[in-house]
Amino acid sequence: MFSQVLDRLVWEDEMDKIYSKTSKQVENALKNEKRNIEDFKALISPAAKDYLEEMARLSNLLTRKRFGNTIQLYLPLYLSNECTNHCVYCGFNHSNKINRITLNHEEILKEVEVIKSYGYEHILLVTGEHHSKAGFSYLKEVMKLIKPYFSLISLEVQPLEEEEYKDLIEIGLNTVYVYQETYNKKRYNIYHPKGKKADFEYRLYTPDRLGRAGIHRIGLGCLIGLEDWRTDSLFTAMHLRYLQKKYWKTKYSISFPRLRPHAGGFQPNSIMTDSELVQLITAYRLLDEEVELSISVRESQKFRDNVIKLGITSISAGSKTEPGGYALNTHALEQFSVHDNRSPAEIEKMIKSAGYEAVWKDWDSFMQK
Amino acid sequence: MHDLILGNKIFKSRLFTGTGKFSSNKLMGEAVFASGSELVTVALKRVDLEDDSDDMLIHLNHPHLNLLPNTSGVRTAKEAVLAAELAREALETNWLKLEIHPDPKYLLPDPEETLKAAIELVKLGFIVLPYIQADPVLCKRLEDVGTAAVMPLGSPIGSNKGLLTRDFLKIIIEQSNVPVVVDAGIGAPSHAAEAMELGADAVLVNTAIAVSHNPVQMAIAFKMAVEAGRMAFEAKLAQVSNHANASSPLTSFLND
Repeated sequence: MFSQVLDRLVWEDEMDKIYSKTSKQVENALKNEKRNIEDFKALISPAAKDYLEEMARLSNLLTRKRFGNTIQLYLPLYLSNECTNHCVYCGFNHSNKINRITLNHEEILKEVEVIKSYGYEHILLVTGEHHSKAGFSYLKEVMKLIKPYFSLISLEVQPLEEEEYKDLIEIGLNTVYVYQETYNKKRYNIYHPKGKKADFEYRLYTPDRLGRAGIHRIGLGCLIGLEDWRTDSLFTAMHLRYLQKKYWKTKYSISFPRLRPHAGGFQPNSIMTDSELVQLITAYRLLDEEVELSISVRESQKFRDNVIKLGITSISAGSKTEPGGYALNTHALEQFSVHDNRSPAEIEKMIKSAGYEAVWKDWDSFMQK
Repeated sequence: MHDLILGNKIFKSRLFTGTGKFSSNKLMGEAVFASGSELVTVALKRVDLEDDSDDMLIHLNHPHLNLLPNTSGVRTAKEAVLAAELAREALETNWLKLEIHPDPKYLLPDPEETLKAAIELVKLGFIVLPYIQADPVLCKRLEDVGTAAVMPLGSPIGSNKGLLTRDFLKIIIEQSNVPVVVDAGIGAPSHAAEAMELGADAVLVNTAIAVSHNPVQMAIAFKMAVEAGRMAFEAKLAQVSNHANASSPLTSFLND
């Protein structure tokens, strides 16, 4: 179990190791043909700041070799903002007095109609965590409902049991994104004080349950802005390595949700600059040529236009982060603010002008029976 | 140069191409056309089988071009057979590149599932071209169950590392009664020429063309390399010798 790996490591010691990496160690990491976790520490360290251009160049080459000149597109469909958790940074926090809704089948089909008109074949279903209103049975029925419309279905919902994942995979579930938010166990409950998500271990075991259930792809990540991003990213990379060796038939993807300072509400404890995010993206690519790297509309237009050349392999476009956002005009509260409001067609145009093919379809449910 | 007979077809070109990783489907179509290739593989997961105007397929609509659907993405024989049946119905071809790689990292083929699927698919009337490790025994077993060719890898897919399996490819070529198509890892025209000089019947190239800065020009370069390698093979290469021929042969006394 990864928790055993984690228990042997002291957060502060690992942090010190990253911050004490030298230019020489960065240069060695860049020279290696295959890079290990020690190299990754050097590449995400402050010492690598002066090597950003070379990291970007290498990342571009490695990404094009593996993924070609293509960028995949996906879109989130928020089904529910009901939530029993109290995550201090999240708009869906149980104690926030917001308009709570869970879409019914008729409403979902209206949303699907708009999403299909954009050209999407890959869909990501998102909910808060509410076991009676948007629990396993609800998700199962929704998946059956929308399966005829999409070639790839992903979930970003509360952690489920292994048997439940098996059931959903049977229906056509391909990918599950489950972010640990922070791997700093001692401080995890400061951000997740109440609700089921307060159980650090249960969340940490989720990718194992998914791997055992035979899922095709697992998305990992930490919420950048809670704890020191370098240390959290190191633990994420170690989690990735652990899972790759154990569940070798599964693909992996890394996302980079980044909290930024804003008026009111939760303020990030650790601020990551644009160049640091580029450093992290390229460091992941240098560590792992095959891992998918994804960026959402949390990031700005300018940033997204540029990072698609630096290692990113999939992006969302035209996203709404509130349930009913595409067709229903519900005015329900969004989970986070969108910084890139361009339409899917505009994003496709941008991808093309950067010399890439926008890929709308890279899977079919008949591939997994 | 002899024609290649594969399955029930005759091919002038011994360069098979792929359709992934290009910066646009238009450019992909141009590169495939420039390569002179007559057999092009298409990932079923990338195309919409129900859509007659699928953007990838419309750029491959050419009388000289035969489609070779591939099962990339499946992890088991059962999934491969199901995907193959759908492909046959939608694309109206019984040709199939059988790819089963449960390992998404290096995309290495699963020998057990591949053999199992090949047995089933041949029974169902498919012309099966299996992508496999450069394993001479597995190649013979696939030939025995009736595959139309064998497609051993030169090195991992997309690695551009060339013929790392050279010694095993030579054994496979020596022993095979069906065409041997070297697939995966061919990163430069010189690698393709080398495979053809060894006696491979054809090569399949995708990444090296798609990801180059000028895919059309690179496609032409591969076309020329494959032709050169094949012509050299047919003309029979001179033996490589590690020693100079002795000016006073040891057995010359016999002629005295």
